[in-house]
Amino acid sequence: MQITVTVNEAAYTREVEPRLLLIHFLRDDLGLTGSHWGCDTSNCGACVVWLDETPVKSCTVLAAMADGHRVRTVEGMGMPGRLDPVQEGFSRCHGLQCGFCTPGMMLTARWLLDHNPDPTPGEIREALSGQVCRCTGYENIVRSVQWAAQYEAAGRDGGPSGGGPGETGHGPTATGVTG
Amino acid sequence: MQVPAQVEYEKAASVEHALALLARYGPEARVLAGGHSLIPMMKLRLAQPETLVDINGLTELSYLRVADGELRIGALTRHAELLGSAQAGEHFAILHDAEKVIADPVVRNWGTIGGSLCQADPSEDLSAAFAALKAAMVIRGPDGTRTVPAREFHTAPYETVVAPGELLTEIGIPIRPGGGSAYEKVGRRVGDWPVGAAGAALWLAGDTITDAGIGLAAVGARNFAAAEAEDFLRGAAASEENFARAGQIAAEHCRPVSDQRGPAAYKRHLAAELTVRALRRAADRVRHEGA
Amino acid sequence: MTGRPYRSAYGPAQRKEDARFIRGRGTFVDDVQLPGMLHGAILRSPLAHARILSVDPAAAEAHPKVKAVITGETLAARNLAWMPTLSQDVQAVLATDKVRFQGQEVAFVVAEDRYSARDALELINVEYEPLPPVIDAERALDPGAAVIRDDIAGKADNHLFDWAAGDQAATDAAFAGADVVVTQDMLYPRVHPAPLETCGAIADLDEISGKLTMWSTSQAPHAHRTLYSLFLGLPEHKIRVISPDIGGGFGNKAPVYPGYICAIVGSMVTGRPVKWMEDRSENLMSTAFARDYHMHGEIAATRDGTILALRVKALADHGAFNGAAQPTKFPAGFFGMFSGSYDLRAAHCQVTGVYTNKAPGGVAYSCSFRITEAVYLVERMVDLLAGELDMDPAQLRLKNLLRPEQFPHTTPTGWEYDSGDYARTLRVALDAVGYPALRKEQAERRGRGELMGIGISFFTEAVGAGPRKHMDILGLGMADGADLRVHPTGKAVLAVSCQTQGQGHETTFAQIVAEELGLSVDDVEVVHGDTDRTPFGLGTYGSRSTPVSGAAAAVVARKVRERARLVAAAMLEASADDLEWTGGRWQVRGDPAQGKTLAEIAMAAHSSLDLPEGVIGHLDADTVYNPPNLTYPYGAYICVVDVDPGTGVVQVRRFMAVDDCGVRINPMIVEGQIHGGLADGLGMALMQAITFDSDGNCLGGSFMDYLLPTSVECPSWELAETVTPCPHHPIGAKGVGESATVGSPAAVVNAVMDALRPYGVRHADMPLTPANVWSAIQGTPVRTDLAFNGWDGRAGTNECT
Repeated sequence: MQITVTVNEAAYTREVEPRLLLIHFLRDDLGLTGSHWGCDTSNCGACVVWLDETPVKSCTVLAAMADGHRVRTVEGMGMPGRLDPVQEGFSRCHGLQCGFCTPGMMLTARWLLDHNPDPTPGEIREALSGQVCRCTGYENIVRSVQWAAQYEAAGRDGGPSGGGPGETGHGPTATGVTG
Repeated sequence: MQVPAQVEYEKAASVEHALALLARYGPEARVLAGGHSLIPMMKLRLAQPETLVDINGLTELSYLRVADGELRIGALTRHAELLGSAQAGEHFAILHDAEKVIADPVVRNWGTIGGSLCQADPSEDLSAAFAALKAAMVIRGPDGTRTVPAREFHTAPYETVVAPGELLTEIGIPIRPGGGSAYEKVGRRVGDWPVGAAGAALWLAGDTITDAGIGLAAVGARNFAAAEAEDFLRGAAASEENFARAGQIAAEHCRPVSDQRGPAAYKRHLAAELTVRALRRAADRVRHEGA
Repeated sequence: MTGRPYRSAYGPAQRKEDARFIRGRGTFVDDVQLPGMLHGAILRSPLAHARILSVDPAAAEAHPKVKAVITGETLAARNLAWMPTLSQDVQAVLATDKVRFQGQEVAFVVAEDRYSARDALELINVEYEPLPPVIDAERALDPGAAVIRDDIAGKADNHLFDWAAGDQAATDAAFAGADVVVTQDMLYPRVHPAPLETCGAIADLDEISGKLTMWSTSQAPHAHRTLYSLFLGLPEHKIRVISPDIGGGFGNKAPVYPGYICAIVGSMVTGRPVKWMEDRSENLMSTAFARDYHMHGEIAATRDGTILALRVKALADHGAFNGAAQPTKFPAGFFGMFSGSYDLRAAHCQVTGVYTNKAPGGVAYSCSFRITEAVYLVERMVDLLAGELDMDPAQLRLKNLLRPEQFPHTTPTGWEYDSGDYARTLRVALDAVGYPALRKEQAERRGRGELMGIGISFFTEAVGAGPRKHMDILGLGMADGADLRVHPTGKAVLAVSCQTQGQGHETTFAQIVAEELGLSVDDVEVVHGDTDRTPFGLGTYGSRSTPVSGAAAAVVARKVRERARLVAAAMLEASADDLEWTGGRWQVRGDPAQGKTLAEIAMAAHSSLDLPEGVIGHLDADTVYNPPNLTYPYGAYICVVDVDPGTGVVQVRRFMAVDDCGVRINPMIVEGQIHGGLADGLGMALMQAITFDSDGNCLGGSFMDYLLPTSVECPSWELAETVTPCPHHPIGAKGVGESATVGSPAAVVNAVMDALRPYGVRHADMPLTPANVWSAIQGTPVRTDLAFNGWDGRAGTNECT
């Protein structure tokens, strides 16, 4: 069957089998390999993307169900040359190690901050409770989301934001001896 | 990751269209709502329907409203919507208690109330909650609509009275004054299926219980309900002693099975313990009106 | 040149690798698509123990999208049906005679896409004749138990090995003379590392050049390359193993798995690249599990709390094949570390390994080669002794911890601990957590019938394997290489043999070189994971990256720096002996105006400058680092729990971790490693276990039952540090990757047992699920390795309903 899905604001029309899972459509058909998969039973959340305005586990959604809908993946976070504050926060606060759970974590965090700009650590943990990380023990993920929340709050208040997201497109740079 | 077998797919444009598709494709067709019960089963190839009838476009089945003295929940309502509905929470705190401990926030975004109920897992928290509330399920078929009490909705594990050509459309819960409700669950971890869970709904006149509803999940309670314990409580004082006795009766009448979640003795204990805790909190809520 | 402010490159630098991951631009094995690539899937045995009567692939071969079906018979014809394991056993690549665990590989389908490959599995017909399974390790040596390894000539039982360490006579004497002896059986259940990315590979054998390129989730690419060469008979210089980005390893990705071999054979047979990515159930059911040690511990002490000796007998369940990954001379890994952090007179352990009808493995999941088992044992025994003596467990430990003046210290089982100030670290932890106030609070709560527990774990680790003389894996010595090139413009490229799965090597190793050479971290590129581009080494596991590869990086950077000294001397027309390295450059002693940076020196080295003796035209250098000893990080952990007596639910309220891993290159990364390991410990203590029923069905084959901790169960970890440098490591660093996983389970279990003291509970095994805790409170603790249903008389009640 033919489906048309708008992913990160670009429309893609493809011929797919009805049984094709959305995660495989994104990764294998569209080459958007930023979203990952890690289990068989909808537990791990490595596959989280936005379907319309909502985070979903794309391993448990058929591509056919996304026909005529919008999908947002990690590749659609931020703007060209400018990271989303959530992405920046994750790097500044060491909220990622192997990077495999990170896209899903960031997309859910983005949704959380869009709906709850000042979440408590408990609310952050609750929002991410359906997604597993094996590396970080979650502490720095929580701090990363808090960093992004504070950064955005400062921006809203019109105050100085002190070190914004990388604008060069090369990402955050490591500190150390500077030349 | 495991993947489903080949399947045909149709997208329904209306309830009538959905029913027509189900009639056309027969008993090997399955309704696809949120898919978060069905698609995992298909991936493991425990379910291999021939055709999927996708009803996600039937927005007319997605609603939460109070009408005619009832809270009416459209079957396509997402778990997150039920959890986020102040109206639902006001009338039936048990539904919010239960939703908070069903799956996880992301799964709740897409899974539907109707889908979970029709999956009919013996550990399904909402089945117990609706049993406690003595809800009624509205089922549409080619010959019209029928209503089935929640306690008659399930016929066996993973089986309901919804026939192959029918669609669950709504769950209705009568709203009565003087009520309070609560849900208590033990899982091995957040998002886990219950090892044991109990929901209670109480209506008090002063300190006397005028009506009680107790729902149990995962402990082999008949129709997800503890009818004998309810009978004991009706007309009795809302006291710790009576709650404890009700818990014991509920535990006596359930048939838990030992598995990797725990031995039957423990589950039986939970049936009692959690019934008591749910009753206690339900009573508190009646007395403090929504505390 | 003007002086510029010098800053050490060590410190919490943001990671260089983040740039791609936060954009979703990592390259994990499943992200790789090669032209013409096919997909493989494995048919696995549904039975734990059965004879194979026939395998009929005809219907699968007839599937229009299937290109090949490989069976045990196909492999046997090429002498590839059995492969060597990392423990000098053999393992079936695809079963031929029998299947020996549920999930064992039986056939391999190669098809055009992953969905067709999966469909085709159902078209392969296998006939089995079931055999009685051996599931309970404690029954594996019963006379009359079914013999699993009848593929081994003359094998008539399920015995695998016996191993012992320590002085039995001295230990027995110490026990005989002791005032107090405490005995306890305890199980460290079978668990699984479950990295979020499963294992997989793409095998691409170029028919024309004969070069095999293996993209794979490998923690040890060079070792794998050598193994493939020896096993498949392919010339090693024509094999390239690429470990691109890896989504977590934790020891799960150290072995060579049958799926990798099948992918290679698939590529040989079809002439096209073949990708095999396992699903989660395959990962949990067939790849390297961890632990499964059934231990009988005894501790002997004087009445006033001086610990005299420890004695342990352990039964090691190795599954159907001995696939444990550890240095050759250590069949029970480093379990000999069980004497722990205490000043013991004597210690002795005896370990018996057995085969069972379960997946192979045993050494994985940040265990530092069985030190997880050893630390759990000793820290539980010390707490049990404290209970017996009615002594505070902190006081008991302070009384017996090794003292700084005793280092270097050789333990009763022959391990030479390098450095430590143990009591100080424990005191830092006790202060930071507010121990006296917690005990006071506990007393108050107990008065109200509330269950609150405080648990301590003090651990010493041994990591950084290891000296070549003593440590090899399959005959390959555990030394690691490093190559450092400095380009004319002063940018450096460090190629190391270890390989990251999230530990941040691209940053920390750059920091090491930057620190040694006065460069910016941005000016150092770290290359790893590709055997064509990096020097030989044994890979990343056992926390060995910093101790071994990190040392190699420092050593090679110093070599480069010394060469740079010679060139600088020539540039400055001074004697090399008159130069000092200060502020990140070589300068004439006491004369800052006369100095050169590495960038200046590098350009000069490539120029027409008359080069001194010892420099050939560039600064590049390489080295192989053979560690003189292991390193011994340690720590003090304190856990606070609250237990609901009505349900048995445990909540970890607080966890304080004080680690001493010597010098910390990047404290932010060190803390991240610790956070992750603490979550592991909480998970194993409370919810993780791979269990089996009596038929041998694996009940931990999905994340619905193999439960991993989420952000909600984990508290906000509280960290502190002490720094006791490693005397033999070039930077004084010890490594930390596994410390938290090693030390934390005992802290959580000790806390729960402490909480349950009012019920007289002495011990209950992990995982302390609500059901297990409740059963312990009732006085009927259960065997957590066996399922609750259908198990006669062993587990908690099996009520018929």
